[in-house]
Amino acid sequence: MAELKQKFIMDFIEKERWKFITSGLKVTFQVTILALIIGIVIGMFLAIIRCAHDQQDPRARRGIKGFLLNFANLIAQIYITVIRGTPVLVQLLIMYFIILVKSDSKLVVAVITFGVNCGAYVAEIFRGGIMSIDGGQMEAGRSVGLSYVQTMTNIVLPQAFKSVLPALINEFIALLKETSICGYIGLNELTRGGDIIRGTTFDALLPLFAVALIYLAIVLLITQLAGILERRLRASDHR
Amino acid sequence: MITVNHLTKAFGDHVVLEDINEHIAPGEKVVIIGPSGSGKSTFLRCLNLLEQPTSGQILFDGTDITDPKTDINELRQRMGMVFQHFNLFANLTVEKNLTLAPVKLKLMSKAEAHAEALRLLERVGLPDKADAYPSQLSGGQKQRIAIARSLMMKPKMMLFDEPTSALDPEMVGEVLEIMKELARDGMTMAVVTHEMGFAREVATRVLFMDGGNIVEQGTPEEIFGNPQEERTKSFLSKVL
Repeated sequence: MAELKQKFIMDFIEKERWKFITSGLKVTFQVTILALIIGIVIGMFLAIIRCAHDQQDPRARRGIKGFLLNFANLIAQIYITVIRGTPVLVQLLIMYFIILVKSDSKLVVAVITFGVNCGAYVAEIFRGGIMSIDGGQMEAGRSVGLSYVQTMTNIVLPQAFKSVLPALINEFIALLKETSICGYIGLNELTRGGDIIRGTTFDALLPLFAVALIYLAIVLLITQLAGILERRLRASDHR
Repeated sequence: MITVNHLTKAFGDHVVLEDINEHIAPGEKVVIIGPSGSGKSTFLRCLNLLEQPTSGQILFDGTDITDPKTDINELRQRMGMVFQHFNLFANLTVEKNLTLAPVKLKLMSKAEAHAEALRLLERVGLPDKADAYPSQLSGGQKQRIAIARSLMMKPKMMLFDEPTSALDPEMVGEVLEIMKELARDGMTMAVVTHEMGFAREVATRVLFMDGGNIVEQGTPEEIFGNPQEERTKSFLSKVL
């Protein structure tokens, strides 16, 4: 016990090593939250393009608008296929060493990589949600003269959002944990913070368990908040 | 008001409407009857382009609505549609269901839309349901609200696609009553229905459709009292 206490002091107290953990946690939060926002924006956009394309009568896909929609849909499909088909670590390295090699901020590289990655998954989540909403909702919106986009944003998406919330939370949690690979490009996030302590003190147990516990605590917190949000949304259902 | 020239609709190889020619004049109440699969709902849905015709022309107030250059959203504002399954916006309150389109399309201010919504809810007999959600309403109430939602746009014409087919029998009457009132007020109507009593009472003209064609048409007295075509006779003998 005394030995453990001594290790604790060495790992976290001495030379203020706990700061590796807290500053790492801050970076992890930054990457996760910003990437999630980017991911949701990209994902929503891609999902609407994919659905607009699939729900459109093939005969209505004529003219310049039809061509643009077909083209946008193709791009969206390629994007989703490539991003989902390659490991996020490889994407991170490609971003860091090739595409964004001129960027001097590792944080920016990580945020863009994970945002782009998250977008592909969120796109499919939203697409599933939109498809699950009864087609009559869209028809009713169009029949009173609202445009496709107006009906989508006011009627279909709010309903779809409710049904995809659990899947979205899942993606959020996965994203949080995936950011632990940022150490590969030398970004000092939570996992790397713990690992730096391990490398300095040669004690693996406490730093790594501390890191694991922090992830677990955050995930539990997210799950709790999601539960509250879901209950809120269901309350407006009045069912 | 609406003229249909050589309208054809096919889903793949399956031809649902075959060279339909029809004209509906202002003030007419046209009731479309026929067996299921006869194309009557598809015909109605083509009139406001919820179904894209395969070929042919539809003129509404002189505008060719099948022309890709026509602003279909603007056109639909003038043509109300009531669905079999009501299709009220599930995420919005009754009042929001009514006011969403006129406010979003900047046809009314929020205050105007609010006042108009209350007036129409009064008219369909549901003034106390403004704050309810669709899931809290009965089928008959939902359909009455759906009619009110269409009326918010002050349409020149109303399309009804089997408006009472999804209702419990005891709720059919309340919906038909509102449709009759609309008819009395002079609304131009096209109604697909199985309610022969309604057709008899309200229709100025009855179309009998079968196999993607308008087989026979005439006044209710002619169609119900003295049908000429064999298919009309056989259909009516089953439903009357």
